Amino acid sequence: MWAFIHKLGSPPWFFGFSGTLVRWLLPVTVTLLLVGAVWGLLVAPPDFRQGNSYRIIYIHVPAAVVALAGYYVMAFAGAVSLIWRIKMADVTMRAAAPVGAVLTAIALVTGAIWGKPTWGAWWVWDARITSMLILLFLYLGVVALFEAYENKTAAARACAVLSLVGMVNIPIIYKSVDWWYSLHQPASIKFTGESAIDSSMLYPLLLMILAFYCLFALTLLLNMRAELLWTHRDSGWLKQLVGDT
Amino acid sequence: MPSDQPLLSLRVVFLRQFLRHGRSIMTSPADVANPLLFFFMVITLFPLGLGPDPTRLAALSHGILWVVALLASLMVSAKLFASDFEDGSLEQLALAPYPLAVTALAEISAHWLATGFLLALLSPLFGVMLGLPDEGLLTLSVSLLLGTVCLTLIGALGSALTVSIRRGGLLLSLLIIPLNVPVLIFGTTAVREAVLGGNPESWLALLGGLALGSLVVAPLAIGAALRVSLDS
Amino acid sequence: MYFESLAAVWHMDGHGFYVWLAYALTALPLVLMVWLPVKRIRQHWRWLQAEQRRSAAATQPTAMGSDV
Repeated sequence: MWAFIHKLGSPPWFFGFSGTLVRWLLPVTVTLLLVGAVWGLLVAPPDFRQGNSYRIIYIHVPAAVVALAGYYVMAFAGAVSLIWRIKMADVTMRAAAPVGAVLTAIALVTGAIWGKPTWGAWWVWDARITSMLILLFLYLGVVALFEAYENKTAAARACAVLSLVGMVNIPIIYKSVDWWYSLHQPASIKFTGESAIDSSMLYPLLLMILAFYCLFALTLLLNMRAELLWTHRDSGWLKQLVGDT
Repeated sequence: MPSDQPLLSLRVVFLRQFLRHGRSIMTSPADVANPLLFFFMVITLFPLGLGPDPTRLAALSHGILWVVALLASLMVSAKLFASDFEDGSLEQLALAPYPLAVTALAEISAHWLATGFLLALLSPLFGVMLGLPDEGLLTLSVSLLLGTVCLTLIGALGSALTVSIRRGGLLLSLLIIPLNVPVLIFGTTAVREAVLGGNPESWLALLGGLALGSLVVAPLAIGAALRVSLDS
Repeated sequence: MYFESLAAVWHMDGHGFYVWLAYALTALPLVLMVWLPVKRIRQHWRWLQAEQRRSAAATQPTAMGSDV
């Protein structure tokens, strides 16, 4: 276990390992996404209250779930980078931020589109949408802070501090927005009630969540590889790798 | 500092730093007056924008007061560590054999007394101007007293992260605003509950919890952030 | 399969516009999210290969020069 983690910290080993992983992950992700989308769009029955508009759930919820998980991945990488000063953790954190921001934006946009047939307005200050908006700000803050520093080692450490503080704050933010919403609105208009979701609708949703996790991992690895290729362009292992092909 | 001199206790270090920063604030009273003036002027803008109808203003007043307080703290926190960073005294602090978290917290405390504390004391005046019902005035003051502790600490963190960046002002608001959301929600809800005759105590307790939590966590993060800024 | 015809799939009882808009606005960034880093990796790789050829070309003449 420790040997594996130790190896992950070495760029040449990671580059080779991630190359193999990406080659597997790409077809798996595409297949999962296509199967999940077709299942959710065409096969699953419509919701008895919302009709067919509920089919947006198959992208909205996975994007929201993985966007939130992505913040934890980023903050965890930040903690590793702060404590052990491992360069690969910096690269991970740097690569996770834009991916998470895009997923958050997807969740917001699909939520807004879903709101139109459900509530008759493109934007409603619903608890979940508001939390996603704040999550987007948190992501954009990390991205902007990284860009603002000229010294990229310092940038990574500053972002690590920020994302750790954000991670501590996220549960508080989510809870407070939840309370704020339930105080001001009747609970009747909700996306998905507490009611149990039928398995014919649940399975494609779980499949799509899995697909979005794979997609997150895939894009994270791709971004890390691109970053490594550039920052290590002068190192021997990469020159040898290029020469061999 | 000569090496044979014994180390001071943290309490003494904190007090010295607190007094040093407090004196430097005293020398520029404009820095203390500016956020209050800002608060006052923005409060004036709302009746001008929304119309003078007292009932509507009263209904919105708790939200307006809290949002403006948040903006005022945003404005002052941008400059918190700026002068210390420029004249090199921050570097001195980082080299001193005391935790940066303690010395930074001393500065932040002095800063809070001159800004957040004053604002909380004077806030009932502004509340009256906006027609906030009398039942809400005390809760407004208490909620701002607790809330500005969080706002100041979070603002200090943003300032510590961006102090070495030129034109970091806009970036600072991007970093701070999302972290301030719970404070705003708890604060406004406490005042609203007081006005509606509910129980503001539980919301004030939440605010107090947030204040204590950030007093524990924020100085450590601020210390780390200041070191990053000094290294870059 | 829930729908009976392709037109029904497109229409979705009046919700088709929203559903398809949401899926289109998701598919586009998803494709970009994968394609952009892949493009960057290819570019960097090609740059590295060109760099290697350049350095090989730069060292060869001097080697020949020392032979003469």
